Amino acid sequence: MKENALLIHPRDNVAVALRNLAAGEGVKAQGVEGVPVVQDIPASHKIALRNIPAGEEIIKYGETVAVCTRDIKKGEWVHTHNLESKRWRK
Amino acid sequence: MREITGYERKNEKFGIRNHVLVMPTVSCVNGVINRISREVPEAVCVDHSYGCGRGSIRDTQILFRVLAGMVHHPNVGAVVLIGLGCERSNTKALGPFIDAAKPVEIFNVQECGSLQTAKKGAAAARRLLAEINGQPRVSMPWDKLLASMECGGSDAMSGVTANVALGAVSDWLVAKGANVIFGENTEMIGTAHVLARRAKNEEVAKRIVEMIDQAEQRSKDIMGTLASWVISPGNMDGGMSTIAEKSMGCIFKGGSTTINQVVDYGEWPTEKGLILQDGPGYDGDSMAGLAASGSQIMFFSTGRGTPAGFPIVPVVKVASNSRIYHAMMDDIDINAGLLVEGRSLEDLREEMINLMVRVINGEKTKAEANGMDVFTMMTVHPPF
Repeated sequence: MKENALLIHPRDNVAVALRNLAAGEGVKAQGVEGVPVVQDIPASHKIALRNIPAGEEIIKYGETVAVCTRDIKKGEWVHTHNLESKRWRK
Repeated sequence: MREITGYERKNEKFGIRNHVLVMPTVSCVNGVINRISREVPEAVCVDHSYGCGRGSIRDTQILFRVLAGMVHHPNVGAVVLIGLGCERSNTKALGPFIDAAKPVEIFNVQECGSLQTAKKGAAAARRLLAEINGQPRVSMPWDKLLASMECGGSDAMSGVTANVALGAVSDWLVAKGANVIFGENTEMIGTAHVLARRAKNEEVAKRIVEMIDQAEQRSKDIMGTLASWVISPGNMDGGMSTIAEKSMGCIFKGGSTTINQVVDYGEWPTEKGLILQDGPGYDGDSMAGLAASGSQIMFFSTGRGTPAGFPIVPVVKVASNSRIYHAMMDDIDINAGLLVEGRSLEDLREEMINLMVRVINGEKTKAEANGMDVFTMMTVHPPF
């Protein structure tokens, strides 16, 4: 299996795209199963591995790196449009 | 066999290069340095934009520490210092800070004008080159090495591939008895609890938290509510969304060993093993701080790609992805992007250690061979 994404830490709820991912394909990464890509995602950006409700933390490297500002669906692109920093929140 | 060699200095330090450094004490005389550089290309001629016009105690402390640090640097065998005369860091004021255990020749432009000074400086550089050229390399103990870890032009892969690889080399070096230093406090914001957990003792843990709190406060003071985005547009294009995310990727480069000391910007460590530096994230300023702390070799990871090296320190560039490695093959020494294409971390680490040993023993890194030198230092207040 040629992997197209990377799960850095088992606790993480996002994976990192190893190349540009297109809507319709599936996430192929060690430790990840049954996650469809629901929108185009640029290489090295994050993809949600499960539904993440608004207010929940984004976990990468096994640590909190952000909080999401709206419900994020499994397979969606996770970036500045749907999260905010947990530090210095307005 | 992993034998390393270097130039033994009178103060028991070891250099891995034997440079004659030609440096101004103030930007006003940069033209003199440029003339000497054309006449004596074998010397390492460094110009800069500091030396006067900044009055604060902190800026003066940094200025003196970095200029003295360049003179003291173990990779430098002899120095030609060109002063003006009336600048803050004039050669008389700088004198007490320089205990170089090496030849240092000083010339001031206000004594005989720029052309005469350039002539004298060039003659001194030639003389010193001849003087130190014969010094032999001798076997160098690993514990005399201070390697530094730097990252710049990062992308989201930096924290997945290149910095993980740097971390593996850091851990290997510390296990070997060598020393490793890394800084960039703004890129530690959000990770104080992770780093403090690895501190040698309570005191070091407290200092780590304090340093990162201060970096955070400074960012807030400067950027207000935008402070959580103290990452560049290039970083964001690369997929990083917050400073905490970038920081997690950054601190991977220091590996996983105990943190034994936190030193100030440009300060020489007194402890062994893994050391943190309270220095800024901006690449040039950070490199100068690490060099002024006595680091003889630097690993520098990059995802977006930068050619930057440092005048007196060989910088090993490590790409976080294959695309930038191939696009900037003339600048980048190692491709850590292969980690996501099936290459094992152990295999990559071996390649990096082998290259490091060759570089310590004299092989030029790409930034070094290309002369992509950058010399800037941290400043706190604007000039007046």
